[in-house]
Amino acid sequence: MARFKSRTTKKSIPPISTASLPDIVFMLLFFFMVSTSMRKNELKVQVTLPDATEVKKLEKKSLVSYIFIGEPMPAYQSKYGTEPMIQLNDQFATLNDIRDYIAAERESRSEAEIPFMTTSLKVDENTNMGIVTDVKMKLREANALKINYSTRKTLHK
Amino acid sequence: MAKRPIPEINAGSMADIAFLLLIFFLVTTTMDVDGGMARKLPPSIPKDTPLPPPIKERNVLAVHINKDNNLAVEGNPIDISQLRNMVKDFIINPRNDEKLSETETLAMKKADALATGNAKIVNDMERLIRIFGPNTTISKGVVSLQNDRGTKYAKYIEVQNELVGAFNELKNELSIRIYGKEFDKLPEYQQELVKEIIPLSISEAEPRNVGGK
Repeated sequence: MARFKSRTTKKSIPPISTASLPDIVFMLLFFFMVSTSMRKNELKVQVTLPDATEVKKLEKKSLVSYIFIGEPMPAYQSKYGTEPMIQLNDQFATLNDIRDYIAAERESRSEAEIPFMTTSLKVDENTNMGIVTDVKMKLREANALKINYSTRKTLHK
Repeated sequence: MAKRPIPEINAGSMADIAFLLLIFFLVTTTMDVDGGMARKLPPSIPKDTPLPPPIKERNVLAVHINKDNNLAVEGNPIDISQLRNMVKDFIINPRNDEKLSETETLAMKKADALATGNAKIVNDMERLIRIFGPNTTISKGVVSLQNDRGTKYAKYIEVQNELVGAFNELKNELSIRIYGKEFDKLPEYQQELVKEIIPLSISEAEPRNVGGK
């Protein structure tokens, strides 16, 4: 009798079943796959976006081309200095590259989508407007008129 | 031969595989939603085209930001907190102030179009009158934003934000008056109609090159 009792007390904690663990993890996986987007560009310039309240969400991400403007990252400062620079795709660029960049972006879309293409300007808040204006003039020349000043959304003041 | 049962596949490592995938997606993706202020640039004008007819002085609200990030409206320095109401006043001009923008009621616009025989505008106006009533006004006002090359981008966006905010508030007021709902909650075709009454008329003048960096 005493022996039997001791056996039951030993067995009282059954192992936790991990059979449903894959399901839980898969659920998490799908959540992240759906709610996130692939990191597209590696930033070579530092961009702290300015704050704004009247922000609209950027739609149709596949039709958006990005232009980054800001100070080069510390790793590149020995080569490029600290003046704000333009980054297109993965590399530093000059003003004159913008036209080719827009042309290349258009090439990769179908004709019907071209009027809906947007250029998103991701500009560091401490940049002077001079370079931004130059970029805007180049975009006008390239006939890429839909632009979007990228900002962070803040709550109403 | 005796039928041998197919042995069950061991699913113990399934969790590991899924974890691996999960971590891969966590690392390579971002969650940030891209938002911003959408704007349309004016098309570039070839050099030899004649200048468009000038807009009347009273219909332009000139907003300047200088290289020290100071704000002025029509030459008078103001604080940014005043800007939104100034723009709203300028656009709707409720007391028909001589100095603020000209407004036209839909009925007036229709009469004008009838006089010139422009059938398309007459149709447009009749359509708008049916929804908004003949006494709704459309402003001729344009906000002209001019900045210096040395202006900080953060300040520029702050001012843009106030300007867009002023127009958004006007749209909201009209939407609530007509449809009883905020502009953002209206279906798209109603939003388009509201936009016809209150267009986002912000002109971005080319910056002055004086002042330098």
